[in-house]
Amino acid sequence: MSELLQHLVNGLSLGTIYALLALGYTMVYGVLKLINFAHADVFMVGAYTGLFGARWLKGQGEGSLVRAGLVLLLAMVVCAALGMLIEWLAYRPLRARPRLTALITAIGVSFFLENGAQLVWSPDPRRFPRLFESHTYIFGNTAISSIQIISFVAAIAMMAGLQWIVYRTRFGLGMRAVSFEPSIAALMGVSVDRTISITFAIGSALAAGAAILFGLQYPRVEPFMGLMLGLKAFIAAVLGGIGNVPGSMVGGLVLGLAEEFVAGYGLSSYRDAVAFAILIGILILRPEGIFGRVVAEKV
Amino acid sequence: MTALRSWAPIVLAVLVLAALERILPGLNTDYRVHVLLDVGINVMLAVSLNLVNGVTGQFSIGHAGFMAAGGYSAAFVSLQLMQYQLHGIPDAITQGLFLLLALIIGGLVAALLGFVVGLPSLRLRGDYLAIVTLGFGEIIRVIIENTEAVGGARGLSNIPPWAGFFAVYLGVVVTIVVSRRIVGSTHGRALLAIREDEVAAEAMGVDTVGYKVRAFVISAFLAGIAGGLYAHYQTNLAPKSFTFIRSIEIVVMVVLGGMGSLSGSVLAAVVLTLAPELLRAVDQYRMVTYGLLLVVLMIARPSGIFGTREIWELWPFRRRSKPDADKELAGPAAAP
Repeated sequence: MSELLQHLVNGLSLGTIYALLALGYTMVYGVLKLINFAHADVFMVGAYTGLFGARWLKGQGEGSLVRAGLVLLLAMVVCAALGMLIEWLAYRPLRARPRLTALITAIGVSFFLENGAQLVWSPDPRRFPRLFESHTYIFGNTAISSIQIISFVAAIAMMAGLQWIVYRTRFGLGMRAVSFEPSIAALMGVSVDRTISITFAIGSALAAGAAILFGLQYPRVEPFMGLMLGLKAFIAAVLGGIGNVPGSMVGGLVLGLAEEFVAGYGLSSYRDAVAFAILIGILILRPEGIFGRVVAEKV
Repeated sequence: MTALRSWAPIVLAVLVLAALERILPGLNTDYRVHVLLDVGINVMLAVSLNLVNGVTGQFSIGHAGFMAAGGYSAAFVSLQLMQYQLHGIPDAITQGLFLLLALIIGGLVAALLGFVVGLPSLRLRGDYLAIVTLGFGEIIRVIIENTEAVGGARGLSNIPPWAGFFAVYLGVVVTIVVSRRIVGSTHGRALLAIREDEVAAEAMGVDTVGYKVRAFVISAFLAGIAGGLYAHYQTNLAPKSFTFIRSIEIVVMVVLGGMGSLSGSVLAAVVLTLAPELLRAVDQYRMVTYGLLLVVLMIARPSGIFGTREIWELWPFRRRSKPDADKELAGPAAAP
């Protein structure tokens, strides 16, 4: 029982990270119908920003939550800018072209960022700094660290913030309109370019948040860290129903739990295969995802 | 007569390659021969991927997985066969036959995997396919890494060095001929129709899922053969050499050459394999350049350098031949 609870705790804390990343994929897919492969590498840049930012802010109260907050803010700002830059440079010129063209570009951007990071920051993994002191609380036989609790709370707060933006603000209304039909949204006075740009900024900021939370729990930063994680987060988005914001959250949590249980009960070397098995399963059984709606193809 | 014409390129290739094999120095004496074989393997991979990504217009980014599956199964088969000796048949021919058997088994394993991944995902839109193929390629690698029978993460070594220039380039010729025949056939027309407009193709009665799966299986089979040949001159295999990065390299070749252009894929594969060998100093920038190349190419010339055309269609004196070619197509029916 205690083992089960422990896996549950670990699975949830991994799942929130998948969920945060999945939100970025799902938002961009919602407005552009594009799998933004570079999203995973924005996450990687976020982790490096956190690493260097923490070093840079060393004087500001070692180990305090304030510094952790500042690092998080810095990473989010940098990544939001990077996301907007990528959209402006690489995706905007291609918006009228076939979707495959944009997909290849996305892969190109991702490959460029990964290898560029390897060139600039060397391929050796670095240690993510401990932003604050961690305590481990023991409940029965289940260990929960304060990092896990803070991460979970921070992730929930970010998701709630996103939920508020998408469903309660004017911008969110515009975003949903663009996602529904860009040309009509433009006729209704929504600035499509600006909406897409801000969508990238929000998604990338969430990726940066995920990167900091990930770095706290798994302090290993390397140029290719985003590759696998990004794929799994995308799978989480597909699982929940791509383009659907609450779906991504549920998908991320389900995937994190599934992975943790498979790894926990003896098949740890097949950990990475779980996600893809889920993907193939969902594509066969319910391609629109758990919360997705079947959309008829327009000809 | 038709039979003669269809077999002519293969027969000719066998003769020419056999002659070249005698002239060229051995694999172990000159590293340039090794590079030459690498070029051949990459040409096979690019041409086979072009069948899916270029001709059919789907987007697969897990080609290295099929190559790994084919390479490992072929190597496994030859390691079992190595100890046997066929009575009354010279060594060289025995080796050739064993190699052929191993390659075909490797190709079939890859084709089977291609079928398994193709069937569910080809029912879906292109971007899902990209993710599934990428994931599948990684799964194949994870499974290989965890299978002790093929060396696990350490890799598989002491594979018999049965493949040389002759075998690899025969593979190249067969791949190109098969691919060209397919594009020119009824099947090829169906694949092109799917690329141009899937909905319209389906409306015209093309079994889109069936043709896509078939293209996928053939492409995987050829990639498996390429992997098998690679295993038999490299003599060792490591799961590390079949990562996502390898798949992207092949994709870059196809995209650069022009998706749907057979000669473009060949040329891009040759250039992109030779370039890092000739420019050792800039090797560290190679991968960054590939990423940038994809982005710039998509913005500036999304159809690749040759687009869907073949190189010979671009030669100056044939520039006006395009309308003629169309007329020729319509010719027999219109002729009195």
